[in-house]
Amino acid sequence: MDLFANLAQGFSVALTPSTLFLAIAGCFLGTIIGSLPGLGPSNGVAILIPLAFSFGLDATEALVLMTSVYYGAMYGGRISSILLNIPGDEPALMTTLDGYPMAKQGRAGDALVLSGVASFVGALLATIGLMLLAPILARVAYLFGPAEYFALYLLAFCTLGGLASKNQAKAALAAAIGLAIAMIGLDNQTGIPRLTFGELHLMDGVDFLVAIVGLFAVSEIFVYIESHGRNTAIGIKLDRITIPIRDIVGSFTAMLRSTAIGFMAGVLPGAGASLGSFLAYMAEKSVARDPDSFGKGNPRGVAAPEAGNNAAAGGALVPMLTLGVPGSGTTAVLLALLLTLNITPGPLLFEERPEVVWGLIAALLIANFVLLIMNVPMVRLFVKILSVPPWILLPGIMMVSFGGIYSLSGSSFDLVLMILFGVFGYIFRKLDVPTVPIILGILLGNKMEDSLRRAMVISDGDWIYLFSSPISLGLWIAAIAGFVAPIFLRRYLKPPKPVDD
Amino acid sequence: MTSDRIFGLGVIVVALAYIAGAAQTQIGFLSDPVGSRTFPYLVGGIAALCGAYICFRPDADPVWPELATIGRLLVAAAVMYLFTLALKPFGFIVPAAFASAALSYLISPRLLTAAISGVGLSIGLFLIFNFGLGLSLSAFGRAFAG
Repeated sequence: MDLFANLAQGFSVALTPSTLFLAIAGCFLGTIIGSLPGLGPSNGVAILIPLAFSFGLDATEALVLMTSVYYGAMYGGRISSILLNIPGDEPALMTTLDGYPMAKQGRAGDALVLSGVASFVGALLATIGLMLLAPILARVAYLFGPAEYFALYLLAFCTLGGLASKNQAKAALAAAIGLAIAMIGLDNQTGIPRLTFGELHLMDGVDFLVAIVGLFAVSEIFVYIESHGRNTAIGIKLDRITIPIRDIVGSFTAMLRSTAIGFMAGVLPGAGASLGSFLAYMAEKSVARDPDSFGKGNPRGVAAPEAGNNAAAGGALVPMLTLGVPGSGTTAVLLALLLTLNITPGPLLFEERPEVVWGLIAALLIANFVLLIMNVPMVRLFVKILSVPPWILLPGIMMVSFGGIYSLSGSSFDLVLMILFGVFGYIFRKLDVPTVPIILGILLGNKMEDSLRRAMVISDGDWIYLFSSPISLGLWIAAIAGFVAPIFLRRYLKPPKPVDD
Repeated sequence: MTSDRIFGLGVIVVALAYIAGAAQTQIGFLSDPVGSRTFPYLVGGIAALCGAYICFRPDADPVWPELATIGRLLVAAAVMYLFTLALKPFGFIVPAAFASAALSYLISPRLLTAAISGVGLSIGLFLIFNFGLGLSLSAFGRAFAG
């Protein structure tokens, strides 16, 4: 069996002491990052990338560290959702719906253990799914030419944008902003500077790490300064932790269903974990015999979104590794890490660097067990960390962001650019302009243009070529449907509102 | 309503400026059928269209912070900017202590805790960065070296 040979190779990479240590450290850091309110997986990974890079890790190690942080943050996001009613990140939003009421009923410990187990089930099965599906998709990816890639990038923007904002025009605008920023610098094909406006610093383009840390971390500081005082959370005390066996058994089928739904939502390029947890919750509510009890502390309402979003996190790695198209905001940040490490994701990655892919998969399998241990028996420790006062946390985030970017580029120009991205990120968030499509645009812009231009060279300028193969035609149809459908669906599928105090 | 209209107008202006900027790109003598200008034109065009749509069909206004909070946000941005300016001449420790203390004070206005967290963060992070992670930040910079 190919699969087992590959896995054996993966484990031989992952079980070296240094990789194992990085996986455990990543899980620990990630859980902290996820559980701190307002500091979700995308922020956390974004801040840590410059550090991981200047730390001098090799590709596999860096990838193992950052994906462990990613998985850890997905696990940890539930802690602040349940105890504070503040989601650590958007995917954890659905967990507040039943998790917080459950905690208010004095079952905070039960909710934490149950959601930890649900996260484990979702993430473990999704990692196995990744292991089975990714090699197949990598083989399909060989059929992709420039026209197909162009359509695929378009699909990613359409599905991601279609779900990220309430207003399609703003989502499309965000993608256009990202693409527009990507065009700045030397033209890949001719080497002529474009849109630099005579500024020497812009000749090699806008560094995507600067944009990511600015849009995510720096703007988060502004949002926090603004919201502070208004959103003072009354935390719920955690007194004892028991294992709610009845709830775990009772919601086990819910976890499996949600895992399947979440995984599929994750694999769709662009859709991601928020959609996974949303669909999982809604599906569970609609099949339940007692739909009224959802939103009032139903254990299945805690298990479903957690299994769903962790499964989506694993699923989102599939298109990222095989096609180079991230399936969510955080995988977009991980793609930035791959590009910084000079690794091009895609089918060739599986052929040429199997140790990277399989080492990563093996490390993720190990990470899941580490995370289960950290998040069930050791959950109390992370609850303590939740009470780090914001007046230390926020300046700390700022210093880590600035120190990381500065040590990477050594240029004050980049830092000023980062502050500008932070200011605009804050304004965009206020105006409901999603920031993830901007990141995706900056990351994929040059590739998207290259594939368009290459396609046109092949066809000698005939635009019909873009729609000529069945794969590209299918992707175009999916892209248009993905962009238009949310306009109609939004009327029927209203996300439920979290409870107020 | 108003915010979106202003924002939409701003987007249109920037998008047009972007297209004008793209038009300045030199064309090489050996070029592909698409060329270096088409994609920026497309992107700028889409952005301008979106701007127009946002202008004519604006969403409800977001809740903007009150004046005092806007002031605090501006101060925070200014602190970050001054920090980037000070980083090269003065090194990491002193500017970082001042910047974190200022940010800490903006979040919770108590002088003593702000000062302690500023000094603690700057020294602690410097040690972690330099000895834990092996980054090379300058501790005090040229200005203090004499």
